[in-house]
Amino acid sequence: MNAPTNQHDNGLLRFMTCGSVDDGKSTLIGRLLFDTKTILEDTLTQIARTSQKRGMDAVDLSLLTDGLQAEREQGITIDVAYRYFSTGTRKYIIADAPGHEQYTRNMVTAASTANLAIILMDARKGMLTQTRRHSFLAQLVGIPHIVVAVNKMDLVNYDQTAFEKIRAEYLAFATEIGLQREGRDIRFIPMSALNGDMIVERGDAMPWHTGPTLLEILESAPAAHTEKAENFRFPVQFVCRPQDSTNPELHDFRGFMGRVESGEIAIGDAVTVLPSGRTSTIKAIRLGEEKLQRAIHEQSVTLLLEDEIDISRGDMIVKSSEAREPLKQLDAMLCWLSETPLSPARAYVIRHTTRESKAKIGAIEYRVDVNTLERHAAQNLNMNDIAKVSFRLAQPLCADNYAENRATGAFIVIDESTNNTVGAGMVI
Amino acid sequence: MTTLTRQTLSHLDWLEAEAIHIMREVAGQCERPVLLFSGGKDSICMLRIAEKAFRPGKFPFPLMHIDTGHNYREVVEFRDKRAAELGERLIVRSVEDSMKRGTVVLKHEGESRNKHQSVTLLEAIAEFEFDACIGGARRDEEKARAKERIMSFRDEFGQWDPKNQRPELWNLYNARAHKGENIRAFPISNWTEMDVWQYIERENLELPSIYFAHQRDVVLRGGAIFPVNVPLAGGEIINIPKPGEEIVNMRVRFRTVGDITCTAPVPSDADSVDKIVLETATTTITERGATRLDDQTSDASMEQRKKEGYF
Repeated sequence: MNAPTNQHDNGLLRFMTCGSVDDGKSTLIGRLLFDTKTILEDTLTQIARTSQKRGMDAVDLSLLTDGLQAEREQGITIDVAYRYFSTGTRKYIIADAPGHEQYTRNMVTAASTANLAIILMDARKGMLTQTRRHSFLAQLVGIPHIVVAVNKMDLVNYDQTAFEKIRAEYLAFATEIGLQREGRDIRFIPMSALNGDMIVERGDAMPWHTGPTLLEILESAPAAHTEKAENFRFPVQFVCRPQDSTNPELHDFRGFMGRVESGEIAIGDAVTVLPSGRTSTIKAIRLGEEKLQRAIHEQSVTLLLEDEIDISRGDMIVKSSEAREPLKQLDAMLCWLSETPLSPARAYVIRHTTRESKAKIGAIEYRVDVNTLERHAAQNLNMNDIAKVSFRLAQPLCADNYAENRATGAFIVIDESTNNTVGAGMVI
Repeated sequence: MTTLTRQTLSHLDWLEAEAIHIMREVAGQCERPVLLFSGGKDSICMLRIAEKAFRPGKFPFPLMHIDTGHNYREVVEFRDKRAAELGERLIVRSVEDSMKRGTVVLKHEGESRNKHQSVTLLEAIAEFEFDACIGGARRDEEKARAKERIMSFRDEFGQWDPKNQRPELWNLYNARAHKGENIRAFPISNWTEMDVWQYIERENLELPSIYFAHQRDVVLRGGAIFPVNVPLAGGEIINIPKPGEEIVNMRVRFRTVGDITCTAPVPSDADSVDKIVLETATTTITERGATRLDDQTSDASMEQRKKEGYF
């Protein structure tokens, strides 16, 4: 592995923000970017001009996250946007998802790569249906860290009891849906995105809040994959067989290229190739021309094995002690993403890691109402529906339970007639 | 036996690993990909990523440049030299050939050829039957790009439909396309300008000289510094100043490099990568803000160009 570029590099954190414009979500993101000096003068001048044009007194930081022409025309957000900032010690990728019910699929999309979710609430309104929906989706997609941000504290006179009341209400709800039971880390923070209190700066309006600011929480949140033991999973993306007859060293070179989705691997480790079950030992690990002793989660490397065995794209290399039976059918929570409803009679393609299989729906066990969390019977699924579904597979897949492994427990559903991605699944 | 690994990748290692993964997905899923290489800093990073992804093998795709004919000589020379050093195949297709064919018609002789690259790109895609183009665009560059997928689907006219994009979840990329359709893949989507410069510094990557501070004749035009009397590789001189414009010899560098008629330099003394990293950390102007005259036509000009097949 490369030496860290700087001693204080604390890696990268991906997080998402859930809430609507009314909760001050865009203002919060604008505030984070502004107070970490990510926004540059020309951008600021541009939004100051627009703010003035729209008749506002102060610079409207929410304009920073204004995206597409179509969105500006309609004054709404229709898609996930990605924003970036860095504190010098850590780089952040924000997935900014629209909060409205009809955008469940966007929230699921944003959540799929997030390790932390900021759930925004309006201090005046407390728990709303959308708070329940956002919390349920964050739980469903397995985000380990939740920050409940009680915003607009300035509008309730920075009143501590208002904050405590909302906290108690949320905790009761979290217990009810089992948010805490799964060892999720839930933090609460009172803030005013408009005035910048408790985001990057503490401000002096809420001396009663002694907990960390939002940025302090972000800076100290554990990086993905570092909190619990994980199995080594290496889906093969590409096989490298250089056809270079002039270099004898490359004559028998067979490199299996992929990304360590979880766990770690070192030279000498005993491995098994799934689904074939053949075994071998790690002979070498490379990153381009560089030779490594070991590789860890999220690293893209090339593995060489001691034995010549047949491996191609779609196979998965695992440690022999952590091998698992490939599945020919699976149960999953499925979020339907397409405007064309799911048709239980049709065959779809499932893409899981680097492997694809034809799949048919076995049964739709129930559909979850994301607002009430009630379960209903369902014959088919429409866009934004979430349901427990079983699939029959044409090819075996080496899937793990999503709760144990987000990378190898996830899959997408593809409609072959359009090639569109129509579903997102999590193995249970 | 499972293992708990507390160690984590530095942010550059993480970004590099993600980009390698995306490139290998394109190579694994597509029949005939191509990597767009202009000789600019982002595509220079892309070549290093491709080396880390595929060496000791050859790249599973050729390199291609769509040349407007109005590119800086230093960059064009660098482009050819780098491709030769890597021993990889470089395809060059030129907007001038499209003009000869009559598929690109300029409104007037002086019109920038920049946006017409889209036509030449689509013609090259058809000629070679490329099903995927790998490019070095980044989401932090421009707000229309902030919402584009890493694997972005284009129809048979090369059009991007921002309202009808494929959902993209986890790191499960869907690069499927029917014949005639096309995927644009962006492995460094999640990089910022700062990440690019830090990566260039760490990997010790060579760059065309115009990225570093140098003396240049410019005029001030419409709030931007506009380079004038620029010699092309063939000897022709372009960007002739308008009558009455005052030529100033200024110390400048380029933050982005593109068509000479629409890329402006910034005043700078930074003549080394570490000085540029410092300057990037303290600048008050966005990368494309003062430097891309093509983005300033309106609030949505990039979005509009992308809908028409632009990168």
